Amino acid sequence: MDLKEKLVSSFIAFENQVDIDSYVHDIRTEAIKSFEDSGFPTKKNEAWKYTSLKQVLEPDYSIFPRQNKALEYAKIEKYLIDDIDSYKIIFVDGKYSSHLSETTHEGMDICLMSSVLNKPKYASVIENYFNKAVKKDGISDLNTAFSKEGAFIHIPKNKYVEKPIQIIHFSSGNESSLMLQPRNLIIVDENSQLQIIERHQNLSENEVLTNSVTEIFVNPKSIVDYYKIQNDNKQASLIDTTSIVQERSSVCTLHTFSFGGKLTRNNLTFSQNGEHIESIMKGITIIEDKQHVDHNTLVHHIKPNCESHQDYKGIFDDKSTGVFNGTVVVEKEAQKTNAFQANNNVLLSDKASINTKPQLEIFADDVKCSHGCTIGQLDKNALFYLKSRGIPEKEAKALLMYGFANNVMQSVKIPELKKRITNIIANKLGVKIGFNL
Amino acid sequence: MLSIKNLHAKIDDKNILNGINLEVKAGEVHAIMGPNGSGKSTLASVIAGKEEYEVTDGDIYINGESIEELSAEERAHKGIFLSFQYPVEIPGVSVTNFIKTAINETRKAKGEKEMPAKEMLKLLKDKSSLLEIDRKFLSRSINDGFSGGEKKRNEIFQMAMLEPSIAILDETDSGLDIDALRIVANGVNKLKSSKNAVILITHYQRLLDYIIPDYVHVLHNGKIVKSGTKELAIELEEKGYDWIKEEVKN
Repeated sequence: MDLKEKLVSSFIAFENQVDIDSYVHDIRTEAIKSFEDSGFPTKKNEAWKYTSLKQVLEPDYSIFPRQNKALEYAKIEKYLIDDIDSYKIIFVDGKYSSHLSETTHEGMDICLMSSVLNKPKYASVIENYFNKAVKKDGISDLNTAFSKEGAFIHIPKNKYVEKPIQIIHFSSGNESSLMLQPRNLIIVDENSQLQIIERHQNLSENEVLTNSVTEIFVNPKSIVDYYKIQNDNKQASLIDTTSIVQERSSVCTLHTFSFGGKLTRNNLTFSQNGEHIESIMKGITIIEDKQHVDHNTLVHHIKPNCESHQDYKGIFDDKSTGVFNGTVVVEKEAQKTNAFQANNNVLLSDKASINTKPQLEIFADDVKCSHGCTIGQLDKNALFYLKSRGIPEKEAKALLMYGFANNVMQSVKIPELKKRITNIIANKLGVKIGFNL
Repeated sequence: MLSIKNLHAKIDDKNILNGINLEVKAGEVHAIMGPNGSGKSTLASVIAGKEEYEVTDGDIYINGESIEELSAEERAHKGIFLSFQYPVEIPGVSVTNFIKTAINETRKAKGEKEMPAKEMLKLLKDKSSLLEIDRKFLSRSINDGFSGGEKKRNEIFQMAMLEPSIAILDETDSGLDIDALRIVANGVNKLKSSKNAVILITHYQRLLDYIIPDYVHVLHNGKIVKSGTKELAIELEEKGYDWIKEEVKN
């Protein structure tokens, strides 16, 4: 039985665990049917041309993990940004870990999907938002069909949330191979502000496949900063679908730091539903060995006077492979759109590769749109310059790579996070130099 | 201090240096002049350890020790400094971050501890004022968007921070207006001591009005064809290089 068949036949067992007389379950039922029809995407699908899931789908994954294993704080501490005060929504093997988390219902909801899905109090919010942002495809349908746990965040209007929220999914190794399908819903009402850090971490050498879906609604005049840290081990694969709907005069910035994992696929969609919206996507990818990172972005400019900026940097060593597929659609009504897209890559080895493909589909006539891709090597003259000042080759290369990625780092607004990411980069490059400026 | 013996070097099968001999002692200033394509910049790059050049014969010694096998960074640790004719732009790396890394890596190589932050700050402050450099300049990316003059001043600022024993200034005067030239020359003069040596590579005598050389050498076809004192530079300024080329022919 392959994974698709296993998932489809498990749906009945899943129905025993959830309330089937609910609004959400009707959506789930429809989603499993769609998944049954479409299945997992293959390389024949244009959007998956350079990313094959074949190998990732092979293990016999546990779909319903056993009772969760309690993790000690000391074991997971290093994966948290623990030098700042923050809310924490932490899951272990797909199950909420209350003793590691810090949530709230005071004046806002920073809590769990499972605690709101069937509560009458939240019925209208769920009906208004659940599954409304995400683009329907095989992968997201699969997540929708099994959706019952993840983070639920609802910030009321005029609220500045001072503490960032960390959403972290751990897999303990309790299962020999595990499939996780977290589902997050984030709603930020008018004129509010929020920062989120998301991370997936495999704590063992056992295989993990995560198929995550996050929907984010950024209502008028709100500001959302979202940071994804993808620095998992080589047994972990992640398919991340994040769909963001923005209303007028809102700003949403999303950073994706892809430093590790077996296979990482990011499906990132922004829809601009009002005027004067700013959507910012930034990414740094630094990978090696046979790792694979695929960024698939779509910005949908629907209304006039909006902006989008994309800046993705990639550094690929050994036999690692990368994909950047960025689509910008500018509808006829979306006059005065400013859309910029850049994807710059450095290949450190002859065997590393990147497929980069920008796509602009413009139906309006008064717009400013640009895109550019580069693929190159480290500048030899720059390397000699640094070495001639006494900086050894390894450190000089690291400094050049850090400089290359630096303008993406500049827009990270949480200093502790910036420091942490800088350290991860330094560790990856095997150097001990303080890039603290 | 620096001793170059019968140095031959080539790049892409093209011989550029054809037997250079040069002795530089501590406390001395040597000027190397010569027409375009005579091998001046190649000599500077070969001393600094640029890998594209292949040394085919001869050797370079620092305090009696051959540096032929040393990498560029190891030569820097031995006290060699090259002020680039065309300093390289490195976006995303600030001047301060770069210099801090350079100083601490050099210290590490010598088995010394990192420079304490306070000491580093004071040094940055002192040396930037010596070169009349605005503090804001230090947080900018290395040479990125710098004017020609700023780039050269930044080179000498790095020299001031790293305190090399042998500084090679490759056409540091080119692209400088008279005020910038004065600032740069003044900086070099203040850094000069009985313990270090300076090699000036230049086309024009102009720089030598400000930094007075003890010796002047003329490079032609990859060889030093004439050596003298500062009067030789003045003669070259008046008469050009043709008479030397003639002399060599005869």
